[in-house]
Amino acid sequence: MRSYKQLCKLTFILLMTISASASAAGGAKLMHMEVDLSNQESLQRGAKTFVNYCLSCHAAAYMRYNRMGQDLGITEDVLKANFMFGTDKVGDTMTVAMTDADSLRFFGVSPPDLSVIARARGADWLYSYFKTFYVDKSRPFGVNNLTFKDVGMPHVLWELQGAQRLAHTESVDGEHHTPTYDDLEIISPGTQSEAEYDQTVQDLVNFMVYLGEPIKLKRGKIGVWVIMYLFVFLIVAYMLKKEYWRDVH
Amino acid sequence: MADIEKQVVDGLVSARNWIDDRFPLTKNWNEHLAKYYAPKNFNFWYFFGSLALLVLVIQILTGIWLTMNYKPSAEEAFASVEYIMRDVSWGWWIRYMHSAGASAFFIVIYLHMFRALLYGSYKKPRELLWLTGMALYFILMAEAFFGYLLPWGQMSYWGAQVIISLFGALPIVGDELALWIRGDFVVSDVTLNRFFSFHVIAIPLLICGLVGVHILALHEVGSNNPDGVDIKKKKNAEGIPLDGIPFHPYYTVKDIVGVIVFLILFFAVVFFAPELGGYFLEHANFIPANPLQTPEHIAPLWFFTPFYAILRAVPDQLGGVIAMGASTMAFVFLPWLDRSPVKSIRYRGWNYRFALIAFITSFLVLGWLGLQAVTPLYTWMARFFTAVYFLFFLLMPFYTAIDNDKAVPDRVKD
Repeated sequence: MRSYKQLCKLTFILLMTISASASAAGGAKLMHMEVDLSNQESLQRGAKTFVNYCLSCHAAAYMRYNRMGQDLGITEDVLKANFMFGTDKVGDTMTVAMTDADSLRFFGVSPPDLSVIARARGADWLYSYFKTFYVDKSRPFGVNNLTFKDVGMPHVLWELQGAQRLAHTESVDGEHHTPTYDDLEIISPGTQSEAEYDQTVQDLVNFMVYLGEPIKLKRGKIGVWVIMYLFVFLIVAYMLKKEYWRDVH
Repeated sequence: MADIEKQVVDGLVSARNWIDDRFPLTKNWNEHLAKYYAPKNFNFWYFFGSLALLVLVIQILTGIWLTMNYKPSAEEAFASVEYIMRDVSWGWWIRYMHSAGASAFFIVIYLHMFRALLYGSYKKPRELLWLTGMALYFILMAEAFFGYLLPWGQMSYWGAQVIISLFGALPIVGDELALWIRGDFVVSDVTLNRFFSFHVIAIPLLICGLVGVHILALHEVGSNNPDGVDIKKKKNAEGIPLDGIPFHPYYTVKDIVGVIVFLILFFAVVFFAPELGGYFLEHANFIPANPLQTPEHIAPLWFFTPFYAILRAVPDQLGGVIAMGASTMAFVFLPWLDRSPVKSIRYRGWNYRFALIAFITSFLVLGWLGLQAVTPLYTWMARFFTAVYFLFFLLMPFYTAIDNDKAVPDRVKD
């Protein structure tokens, strides 16, 4: 009972003192990218990166392979050959074989499901996150992240981007310096150039925005028809009202 | 041809007579629609009563369909919402209508209440109409609170945790009360199940019943109007108010126009911006509820934020809860706080006009502050506007009694 009371108090204190602590980047402005869901090739490339690099540890358990295939114009044969590694049933959802217990042992946290992560974090956050891993010997996997400090995840796109380091950890006058995105520099190049890697990340984020809300590809198009219909209806209804109200003086 | 027409009409008339002999169909139709005489000078502010009814219908219908696929369990709730969003045919559409509908409900109700403040609709003889409306408003807040837990995201979870803990601040019974509401020591599966029960059946039943009472009370005393003139004082030889027109067809055809304009805005949100920048669906609520991890910023949904800002403005825990409660309850006393003989703002003096402007400003600023993280400046702003908020009510008996009201005309103006 006592601990329960304390919990109540704690919750309350929390509520009263919610601090102005901003995003994990220490308040730094996120990098911005334009999400373009109309670019189907970008979505397909993003899907490929996603199933190859993310889906081994993270699941997207609310998303079905065949839905992705239909939405992104990928035939079932191509889907099975190039996009599905854990199952051969196209109606399956994107789950992973790794158990929570294993992942806790490997990473200290279980990798979150990524189905709706883009809706929680936002595209700019994901874009910044993928681009701001840097070498940090103090971390278990040897990398840290400027957007998500002390993240448990290794830099899985390392072979593409190469390794980055923080150029300035101290400012000119020797005082502590909060690192910004500008301090990052490539120390050993990966298989992709900087521009190519940027495109890979944009494709991946594009795909993850789609993954968060598959209907986003269509709902705007349906909406246009709905609103147009209502405008026609509005004209008719307004004329009807005018007609009836002619005799009100 | 005319023969068939006549037969059809005769058939319908005899069917109606058959029903009328057994059920007051025509009587009710006339009493509430065809011979309910409403003032002819309703303006923009009078659309929101019928719109509230429309939103209620939208919420009930979409709610029924959501319930077909939603699973009220801590294990499955979040996943079942995503199942609705992805695998249920048109499930995303139903869900977005329901989530946008919740916000639309409060927008419509706030505008409906503002109308009452503009034209003194709560004043005698409409006190009971006002009280049933306030009861509906409180119950609607409860409905929204219960419903917001159901998606079982981080904001659902921690919002419920915080709001229930407010009951824990009450002296003596507080802790037991909070425990009794949750049914557990923390918000859990048990809490989710009972909130589901309240959200889908108990509260909607109450709302529907009270809406009936609200409309009956309205039709007993008759509608107020932008001039605040009692149209029943001037009647013609047949006893029909000179400034009254039958609700049907005049206001039914007019309200259809309002309904369509509303639907255009509503579906613009549903199809183009269902999250509305995080105000209608919060970003953090796309992370499944995690009892072990507190989100860094807990903010209630926008329609609670004025009261939330008042809660945070008071430095004392219990004092804050009392202030928040009082800020919602204050509306109840309006019919007795307002001493002006004049209803409509058109004929009121500047005392009330100025007070109303100050009140609306403080309500909006507090609503905005409730969404922000706390800073010392914001806290002092919240305290200032909390004071303004309460002074609107507390000083009302004085400033309305000595207001330089204008003469009210006998008949409504065109």
